[in-house]
Amino acid sequence: MTNAVELPLLYPAMPEIVLAVGAMVLVLIGAFRGDRSTGAVGGFAVMLLIAAGVLVALMPSETVTTFGGSFVVDSFARFFKLLVLIGSATAVLMSTDFLSTEDRRKFEYPVLIVLSTTGMLMLVSAADLIALYLGLELMSLALYVVAAIDRDRIKSTEAGLKYFVLGALSSGMLLYGASLIYGSTGSVTFAGIAQGAAAGGVGLTFGLVFLLAGLCFKISAVPFHMWTPDVYEGAPTPITAFFAAAPKVAAIAVFVRVTMTAFPTVGPQWQQIVVFVSIASMALGSFAAIGQTNIKRLMAYSSIGHVGFALVGLAAGTVEGVQGVMIYMAIYLAMTLGTFAVIIAMKREEGPVEEIADLAGLARTKPGVAFVLGMMLFSLAGIPPLAGFFAKFYVFLAAVNAGLYVLAVIGVVTSVVGAYYYLAIVKVMYFDEPAPALSPMRGELGLVLAVTGLFVILFFVYPAPLVNAAAAAAKSLF
Amino acid sequence: MTIGLGHYLSVAAILFTIGIFGIFLNRKNVIIILMSVELILLAVNINMVAFSTHLGDLVGQVFALIVLTVAAAEAAIGLAILVVFFRNRGSIAVEDINIMKG
Repeated sequence: MTNAVELPLLYPAMPEIVLAVGAMVLVLIGAFRGDRSTGAVGGFAVMLLIAAGVLVALMPSETVTTFGGSFVVDSFARFFKLLVLIGSATAVLMSTDFLSTEDRRKFEYPVLIVLSTTGMLMLVSAADLIALYLGLELMSLALYVVAAIDRDRIKSTEAGLKYFVLGALSSGMLLYGASLIYGSTGSVTFAGIAQGAAAGGVGLTFGLVFLLAGLCFKISAVPFHMWTPDVYEGAPTPITAFFAAAPKVAAIAVFVRVTMTAFPTVGPQWQQIVVFVSIASMALGSFAAIGQTNIKRLMAYSSIGHVGFALVGLAAGTVEGVQGVMIYMAIYLAMTLGTFAVIIAMKREEGPVEEIADLAGLARTKPGVAFVLGMMLFSLAGIPPLAGFFAKFYVFLAAVNAGLYVLAVIGVVTSVVGAYYYLAIVKVMYFDEPAPALSPMRGELGLVLAVTGLFVILFFVYPAPLVNAAAAAAKSLF
Repeated sequence: MTIGLGHYLSVAAILFTIGIFGIFLNRKNVIIILMSVELILLAVNINMVAFSTHLGDLVGQVFALIVLTVAAAEAAIGLAILVVFFRNRGSIAVEDINIMKG
C-alpha cells in the first residue's frame, strides 16, 4: 500500500462542499416535486446558507491551505465568506414574495443562488489562478441565468443577455491576463507569482492589466461598468438586490487578495491602475446618478460609486487600507440590503413599481419605513454618525496615511456630490405630494429593514467587534 | 526557420485582437459575439499550451483543459439566454438589444 493516493485535506472546504451537495439535493427535490416545491426549496436554501455560515464561523482561526496550495482559508477569507453568506441568505429570504407569484414560481432560482454562492466562497478562498477562474465562472454562470430567470419578460432576458456578453468578454480578458502572467512568472499560484513577479517584464505588466480589467468588470468599476445600470434595471428586483450585495463583496475580496498576495512586489504598477479606476468610479457614480428617475438604475450608479470608495482603501496598499476595504464592504452590504428591502416592497395592486416618484409622500403613508429608508440614504451619502460615515472615514484615513492626499480629497468631493441625489430621494419622501399608497410591506422585508436599520443607526455606539475583526483579518493577508 | 514561442504568442495575440474587435465592431448578430468569445478563449489556450511547453511545466496544459470545459458550459448558457431573448424580441440583431438605455 505504498502508492496509496493521499487525499487532500477536506475540512477547510467544508462550507463549499456542504453548499454544493445541498444544491444537488435541492435540484432533486425540485425535479421530483416540480414547481410546487419552490417555497420549500427556498426555505432549505436559506437553511443551507446559514449552515455554511455556521461552519465558516466555527473554523479554527489559523491559516490553512489545501488542494495543493490552491485553496486557502485564513481570517480574511472567513470574514468575506461570512459577508457573502449573509448577503445570499438575505437575498433568498427577500425573494419569498417574488417566488410565490404564480408565473414566477421557479424552484431553479434558489438552487442557482446556492451554486453561485458556492462559486463566491471558492473565489474568496482562491490561492491560484485556476481556482480563481473556476470560482469566478461558477459564480458568473449562475448569475447570468438568474438575471434572465423572468424569461417571459423582455427586460429580464435582455438584462441576462447583456450581462452574459460582457461577462464572457471580461472572463476572456481575465484569462488572457492569467496566461501572460503564467508565462512570465512560470507559476499560477499567488505565492509563486509573487516570487516570479519580482523580475518584472513587459509580459507581466500586460498580464496584470488584463487580469485587473477582468476583475474590474466583476466589481463594476469604471471604465468596465456599462452593464451595471441595464442589468440592475432589467433583472427582477429581488435579484438586483442579490447582485448588488454578495457577488460584489466576493469580487472585491478576490481583487484585494490578488493584488496583495500575488503582486506585492509590483505595487506601484497596480496602484496607478487602482487609483485611476477608483477616481473614475467615484466621479461617475456621483454625477451619472443625478439624472436618474428609476430607483434601481440609481442604485446601480450608487453601487459603482461605492466600489470606487472601497478601492480608495486598496490603493493605499497597507494593512490599514485593507482593513478599511473590509469595514467598507461589511457596511455597504448592510446599507444595500436595507435599501433594497424597501425597493422590493415598492408595489401596488397592479404590480411592482420602481420610479423614485412612486416614493412620494411615503413619510405620511408609512412613517416608519420612510424614516429607516431615510437613514439608509443618509448613511449611503456618508453623513455622521451613521455607519456609512465610518466606512468612508476608515478608507480615507488609510489613503491619507499612505500619502494619497489627492485621492482622498477627490473622494470627499465626490461623496458630497453624491449626497445630492440621496437627499433628493429623502425630499421626495418627506415633502412631495403623496403618490397612491404602496401595498403593505411583507414581514420578512420588514425584518431585514429593521435589522439593517439598527445596524446602520447604532454602529457608532459599539463599532469595536467589526473593526477588530477586520483588523485581524487584514493582518492575515500580509 | 524554427517556430518558437514568439510565433505562437503572435498568433494568439492576433486571435485575441480579432475576438475583441469582433465583439465591438459587429452590429449584426449576437451569434457572432459568441463566436468572438470562443476566439478569445482559443487565443488563451494557445498561449497556455505554448507557455507550458516553453517552461516545461504541465500546469499550463491543465489550465487549458479547464478553460475548454468551462468554455463549453459558457457557450451552452449563452445560447440558452439567446433563445429566451429571441422568443420575446423576435430578433437577435445587436442593435435590437436596446429596451434599456441611459
